[in-house]
This record gives sequence, structure tokens and C-alpha cells, in this order.
Amino acid sequence: MSARTPPGTLAAAALIARKDLAIEFRTRSAFLSAIVFSLLAIAIFYFAWDATAVSSVDLAPGVLWVIFTFSGILGLHRSFGVEEADRAIDALLVSPVDREAVFLGKALANLAFVLGVQALAIPAVALFYNLPLTRVLAPLIGIAVLAAIGLVAVGTLFSSMAANTRLAELLLPVLALPFFVPIVLPAAQTTARLLAGRPISEAMGWLRILIAFDIVFVVACALAFPFTLED
Amino acid sequence: MTTSSKPEERSGIDWFLTIAVLAVAATFVRAIFFTPVEARQGAAQKIFYVHAPSAFIGLYVAFGIVAVAGALYLWLRDERLDRVAASSAEVGVMYLTVVLITGPLWGRPIWGTWWTWDARLTLTLFLWFVFLGYLILRGAVEDHGTRARYSAVLGVLGALLVPFIHLSVYLFRTLHPMPIVLKPGRPSLPNSMLATFAMSFVSFSLLFLALLRARYRLAARADALVAEEEVESSPVPNLRAEPVR
Repeated sequence: MSARTPPGTLAAAALIARKDLAIEFRTRSAFLSAIVFSLLAIAIFYFAWDATAVSSVDLAPGVLWVIFTFSGILGLHRSFGVEEADRAIDALLVSPVDREAVFLGKALANLAFVLGVQALAIPAVALFYNLPLTRVLAPLIGIAVLAAIGLVAVGTLFSSMAANTRLAELLLPVLALPFFVPIVLPAAQTTARLLAGRPISEAMGWLRILIAFDIVFVVACALAFPFTLED
Repeated sequence: MTTSSKPEERSGIDWFLTIAVLAVAATFVRAIFFTPVEARQGAAQKIFYVHAPSAFIGLYVAFGIVAVAGALYLWLRDERLDRVAASSAEVGVMYLTVVLITGPLWGRPIWGTWWTWDARLTLTLFLWFVFLGYLILRGAVEDHGTRARYSAVLGVLGALLVPFIHLSVYLFRTLHPMPIVLKPGRPSLPNSMLATFAMSFVSFSLLFLALLRARYRLAARADALVAEEEVESSPVPNLRAEPVR
């Protein structure tokens, strides 16, 4: 080990992401709870509305993207919470990798987590709400990826901050949810257009907001991340 | 603890704050008794002289100061900048709360509804949430340096968030009146109302500055007190501090 040069930013990020995913894969604690939470919420949302008054196609987009943010938060606060035990974060910070690589690695692991939950939650919503999934699947996957990138960028940064506070995981939703408005709103509106059988071009205004949010906040959060660590 | 350590800090009346409060009171008197009643809205329109200046100061001035002072703090690491940001956030929450209370009071008789998910109302509400998150975050961090860095990061990101929330909610139909003073061409207020509005704007700005100054002084004294206690209580390096990274 000692003879090798430290890995570059991308290689280090990949290593950190692999470490986090390995922990998650062996314990499966957060992933399982996020999946069970999503399924429960899908079922509860359906019964909370009168299905004869509101058609399930109108209900589904809102349900899908609200569940997406809350299950995302379940995974996100684990991201740095897991480093608090035995102060593992200190070992990570003294290792010869850039702070940006730590952010990128954490964000990649979180992205895999959120997309993994979505891969099960979207078919579950389609099943329970009788959605014509095959017709809208390709654009829906695109929206899910765009939404997940923005959610993970902001969430990873705030997770790092929240883990160091007295409130810990209680603080994350308070800080992060206002920032998820420009993600949930475009995603839900675009999904609603698609499910209503409208062409995606009708939702271009929403998609532009989503893409711009991703670009601005991925850059801003990566730049801001070192400030949440140094001492 | 002896109380005689810093007698010179026992200042008397805060004259700036007194003048600001008197100016606001004078504005109310002028708005209520010496400004014509609006033809269609009647007396309800008078709430404009509280609502509009509070909204401008809370949304743009207070939030701008939080974001700019935060960004400058991350660069210069001057704890005075952190105090300015924190004070501005606290006073800003108060102004936005006034906006969110007077808005529904005005909307009910004029629009026929307390609340509507209009672009500006939604933006104000979410900025209020960001401000509250900012204050909760500050309350949840013990260490001064960490607290300053975290809140600065949140302040800067909050400023980046504003245009996105604005764009998102703008795609919904808007009910709120468009600007009537700061718009191209002449303001559409008659001169007597414009004078009252200008007066309310100045007096509310004065009150903002006075409260900001008072809150800043309080923060400075609290920090000085904590620093004093730390020196007194720990002749050896503070053992409770986090491990050095």
C-alpha cells in the first residue's frame, strides 16, 4: 500500500462510493426501510383520497415524487451518520484524497441508493395506481435521473452538516425540503403531462428548470462541501 | 462572577431604535388619518403601507445581507460578518412573519381568500422556511466556527435557491398584483399615497437597521461573555473540544 501513489479524484470517489455501497449491501438497513416506507406510503396515499373523486392517474405524480423525496431523505441522513460511529469520518479526512472526491463518492453512493429505491417504487406506483407505465417509461426514467441528481447533490451536503449538529437526522428534512421544491414540482408536473398522454415538449419549461437546478447545485454543493468539514 | 467587569457596556436608551419606532408610529398616523382612502378597496388598502415595505426588506434586504455576509465570511473568516448574517436572519424572519400575517388579512376582503398558491406568496412562504431552517441550524451547533461556516453555506445556497423557486412557482397562474411603484414609466399611485408609501418604506428600513444593530450588539456581548468564561474556567487547553482534525 505504501509504495502506491494516492488515487486521483475520480478513482478515490469510486472507492468511497464502493465502500458506502458495500456497507449498505451488507447491512441493507436503510435500503430495506426506504423500500418498505415507499410501499407503505403508496398504499396509505391511495386510501387517504377518495378514488371515485380523484382519479388515480391524477393522484400518482404527486404521490410518486413526494415519496421520492422522503425515501431519499431516509438514505441521505445515513450517508454521513454512518461515519459518526468511531469517528470514521476522521480516518476518511486524513486519507490522501481531495475533499471534492469525498463529496463525489458520497454523492455517487447516494445516487445509486435513490435510483435503486426508484427502480422499485415506480413500478409499485404503476401497479397500485393502474398506470400505463410502458408508454411513458423512457421519459419517466430520464426525469427520475435528473431529479435524483439534484436531490442527491443538495442532500449529501446537508447530510454532512446535519450529522455534526445536536439535532442530527431531525435537521436534514428541515434544511433540505425547501430546496427540493424546484425538483419535486417540475418532476411531478412533467409526469402528470406524460401520464395524461401529452407530448414531452409541453413540459419543456419544467424540464429546463430541473436541468438548470442540477447544474447549479451540483457545482455549488461540491464547492461548498469542504466548508462543512474543515476545522 | 462580578458584575463590575465592564461597566462601560451598560448603555442607556438605544436612541437609534427609539427614533426608528417613533418613525414607524408617525407613518401609521399618516397612513391612517392623512392619506386618502383607496376608491375600490376602501380602508383595507391601508395595510399596504405595512405589507409592501416589510416584504421588500424581508425578502431582498435581509436575505441579501444573510447571503452576502455568509459568502464574505467563508472568504474572510471575520466573526463580525457571521454576527451580521445571524442578526439579519433573525430580524428578517420577523419582517417575513409580518408579511405572512398582513398578507392574508388583506387578501381576505379583497381577493375573497386568506391564502392562494400564487407565485409571490409561495416564494415568500418558502423563503420563510429557509430562514427558519437557518435559525434552527444555528441553534443546533455548539462550536462557534462550525456554526458560522454551516450557516454561511446555507445562506449562500438559499440565495441560489430563490430564482429556482421563483421560476417554479411562476409557471402557475398568478393573482398577486404586479409591481406598481418600481415599474417602467410613472408609478400608478397618486402622489399623496406615494408620499405615505415612501415614508413607510424609510421608517421600516430604519427599524430594520435599528433592530439589526441592537441584535448585533447582543451577539457581540454574548460572544465576549463566552470567551471571558472560557478563559476563566480553563487555564489548560479546553479538553471538551472536538479532536483536532
